[in-house]
Amino acid sequence: MNDRTNEFAFKIATANGTGSASANGLIMQAIFRMGVPVTGKNLFPSNIQGLPTWYEIRVSGKGYKARTPVFDLMVALNSATYEKDIQEVRSGGWLMYDSTWPMDDKLIRDDVTYIGVPFAELCNKAFGGVRERILMKNIAYAGALAALLNIDRDVIAELTQEKFSKKPALLESNQKAINLGFEYVKANFDVPLPIHLQKMDETKDCILIGGNASAALGCLYAGATVGAWYPITPATSLMESFKGFCQRYRVDPETKKNRFAILQAEDELSAIGMVIGASWAGARAFTPTSGPGISLMSEFLGLAYYAEVPAVVFDVQRTGPSTGMPTRTQQCDILICAHASHGDTKHICLYPADPKEAFEMAVAAFDLAERYQTPVLVLSDLDIGMNDWMVPKLTWDDSYRPDRGKVLGAKELDNIKTYGRYLDPDGDGIPQRTLPGVHPKGAYFTRGSGHNKMGAYTEDADEYQEVVDRIARKVQGAKNAVPAPFIKRTKGATMGIVSIGGCHEACLEALDELKAEGLPFDYMRVRGFPFSDEVKEFLEEHEMNFVVEQNRDGQLRSLLALETEVPLTKLGSVRYYAGFPMSAHHVVSGIRPHIGVPA
Amino acid sequence: MSYLAKPKVHHPSLKPNALGLTRRDYEGALSTLCAGCGHDSITAAIIHAFWELDIEPYKVAKLSGIGCSSKTPAYFLREAHGFNSVHGRMPSIATGAGAANRELIMIGVSGDGDSLSIGLGQLCHAIRRNVNLLYILENNGVYGLTKGQFSASADFGSTSKKGEVNEMTPIDGVTLALNLGATFVARSFSGDKEQLIPILQAGLQHNGFAFVEVISPCVTFNDHEGSTKSYSYTREHMIEVVEADFVPIRSEITTQYEPGSVKRVQMHDGGMVNLRKVAEDYDPTDRDKAYAYIRNCQSEGEVATGLLYIDENGKDMVEQNDVVDAALTNLPYSDLCPGSEALAKLQLRFR
Ligand SMILES: Cc1ncc(C[n+]2csc(CCOP(=O)(O)OP(=O)(O)O)c2C)c(N)n1
Ligand code: SF4
Ligand SMILES: [Mg+2]
Repeated sequence: MNDRTNEFAFKIATANGTGSASANGLIMQAIFRMGVPVTGKNLFPSNIQGLPTWYEIRVSGKGYKARTPVFDLMVALNSATYEKDIQEVRSGGWLMYDSTWPMDDKLIRDDVTYIGVPFAELCNKAFGGVRERILMKNIAYAGALAALLNIDRDVIAELTQEKFSKKPALLESNQKAINLGFEYVKANFDVPLPIHLQKMDETKDCILIGGNASAALGCLYAGATVGAWYPITPATSLMESFKGFCQRYRVDPETKKNRFAILQAEDELSAIGMVIGASWAGARAFTPTSGPGISLMSEFLGLAYYAEVPAVVFDVQRTGPSTGMPTRTQQCDILICAHASHGDTKHICLYPADPKEAFEMAVAAFDLAERYQTPVLVLSDLDIGMNDWMVPKLTWDDSYRPDRGKVLGAKELDNIKTYGRYLDPDGDGIPQRTLPGVHPKGAYFTRGSGHNKMGAYTEDADEYQEVVDRIARKVQGAKNAVPAPFIKRTKGATMGIVSIGGCHEACLEALDELKAEGLPFDYMRVRGFPFSDEVKEFLEEHEMNFVVEQNRDGQLRSLLALETEVPLTKLGSVRYYAGFPMSAHHVVSGIRPHIGVPA
Repeated sequence: MSYLAKPKVHHPSLKPNALGLTRRDYEGALSTLCAGCGHDSITAAIIHAFWELDIEPYKVAKLSGIGCSSKTPAYFLREAHGFNSVHGRMPSIATGAGAANRELIMIGVSGDGDSLSIGLGQLCHAIRRNVNLLYILENNGVYGLTKGQFSASADFGSTSKKGEVNEMTPIDGVTLALNLGATFVARSFSGDKEQLIPILQAGLQHNGFAFVEVISPCVTFNDHEGSTKSYSYTREHMIEVVEADFVPIRSEITTQYEPGSVKRVQMHDGGMVNLRKVAEDYDPTDRDKAYAYIRNCQSEGEVATGLLYIDENGKDMVEQNDVVDAALTNLPYSDLCPGSEALAKLQLRFR
């Protein structure tokens, strides 16, 4: 085995609700503060307490951030999943377990080194009270890992100080538990393991943040004032974060009153209705949801499309259909979001690949929604939204001003002869909006029923068609305003890989792997819909394109074919949709058979 | 033909209000409803109510769902923004609009299908939130626009035009609203303008959700024998106005008032509807007594009308949410964006 310093992965298996989340966060953060690039994936159950949960940490000095399916070390602390967990350790790897109870002989693998630490016994001696013993057992393994992997103890001490600075009792017990684990391992095993950490300087311009928190920051900075929602995993923390940020930055310093309104709706039908009502009245408003919510919102999204009311929706995708696996990730709403609602509809969609893009695209979503007077859907997923990612620091340009689009105010209306809501004064398909309560001349009747360009009810064929044709032109015009695709070219490539959102890191790593095998590929990640001409050009340029995505039916591939008219024969399909984040391995082994190389 | 605006000719005989506007200025497009539809009478009452209160039309937002009743916002206040949304979902539009701009004067028009069937959930939750809105439920006991199916307010045992008997118990909007904690509950009859106008005015001035059910016969599908929501064939049999002068109002509302009486209103087809005026000692500020009174009327086969319950002390939605006094839509962006320095500082937490 070659040098694995700063290039390895480990996995921690525990039960939900036992406090392991804080230990896992601590380890991840400590590695980050050592300047070493790190990625954490929380694989958690749809349950509050008791079901198995895993946390995967990948350390990569080279900067790879995708999930890896191969683990050098397993921290197996849940006897219910021992059997499966042991199978996931690579040959020659290590397994740490709680040796308070003996390990069943059947579970012993010859090619794995077992590290038994009596966590329960150590903690039962050191702590009183059932709850504390369980919690501290989960902190103790952080200490053990620190010894095994050479995690800087000063960094750990600093982090626990910060975290518990206001709770001295907790600080003390946490430190004690960490030391228990550390000292035991140091005294009984040859540490550190060959897989271990060494300080680097690769993270100083980065932060660790989840995409829901960063999207919430985007909403804050974009000037959103109304948020409506109905709780749903994995979107809940987006609104919770927004609330936290608003309480910090949006309370009037004098009156202590809120410069925001967050409305917990009775369901998603209502949540999107509130957003449409607030946007119609002139606020920047949004709702975060997931697939089931999109299904419920569809009727209203069609209204907003046809009546031309801005709305921003975040779809933090999870596995479907139906309730699916609520705590597993997928990209299964690509098609429904592009066309949500009955009737001819097409919605602007944005596809962030990581939390930094989630921040930037949240801001862009409000600008696009107001400029084009139409719903904008931002499709992230559970992996982007809920896991902490290492991304470059978020930056803000203080010269930014919201693009409110064509809104006529009182002065403009004073000088206008007659106002027509659905005219096309500039030939770009975008009409002029007015807001209620501003001016008598601005009044019009917003409706989802047939209307003509003046906004009046119509059943006249030509009048109806004039409006819907203009709307089609308007939305299609957004193709040059949505974020351009990310394109990376490799010398000598004749084939392309195409992906979307959270597949990005796996694809980047796969490109390197394929190139190393002498298989160069060009790469494009679509970032917005309607697709720009560049998307079509890329597909046409390559003799073959492999569309990589996380759903069963190849939704991105279908949408690309539909929109660009590139034949399906030029679009290969690579799909991984089991619910976990994608790995480079899925991409590489998905492509190989198509190009005559064994998977 | 609702897209034909009425010619705006000022009649010298029309009285101007304090803003110098006549009732014509509060009208909208021509109604496309059936001649004699109760909903049109309510529209006329709405026009009168706004005119008399000297409200500038453009400051109003008129919202509705889908149905014959929900079409009517097109027929009043042409200078106000209107929003004919989707079936049963007007309350959420109102909630969002009211949160964004608390200065809007909002009126919502709905039907019994829109409110009590498809939209029951949204209605209940808008009541709970106490959204500042005059909510008018134009109750005809049927789905007018889809041609006469029973709605959830159809009375037990009543028959449809096709002769089917309704075997299910009705949902009564008024007792429902009371149960849910509504801060303003009233009921009236589309034909009883003298009662209806002061109620609408009181509702417009109420701070919070003003629930007003108006029995509004559908002449086409629910005005036959066996229907319990049909018309009185003669205006003389209509109920007298009810007093509403305990509501804080700016302009005096003159009412004639005959307390405690029950009016039996005979319908086209000989059917009867009983309307009870609130009694002289009726206390509209006591929720339990109001509930008992209405239930008592129901058990007697009577329909209590008038301003049935009012609580002027409840916090409306924006107050519950501690929203600033200004409309959120009027806040300058500089009050909303924390800026680059704050972002840099905040991110120290994400390391
Ligand atoms: C989602 C949906 N389902 C069904 C309809 C058809 N629909 C239109 S109006 C209506 C009933 C309206 O009844 P009500 O609210 O009582 O109004 P009325 O016409 O009686 O005034 C129905 C079922 C619709 N517009 N939308
Ligand atoms: S069908 Fe009934 S409710 Fe509809 S307009 Fe005609 S009378 Fe009115
Ligand atoms: Mg009806």
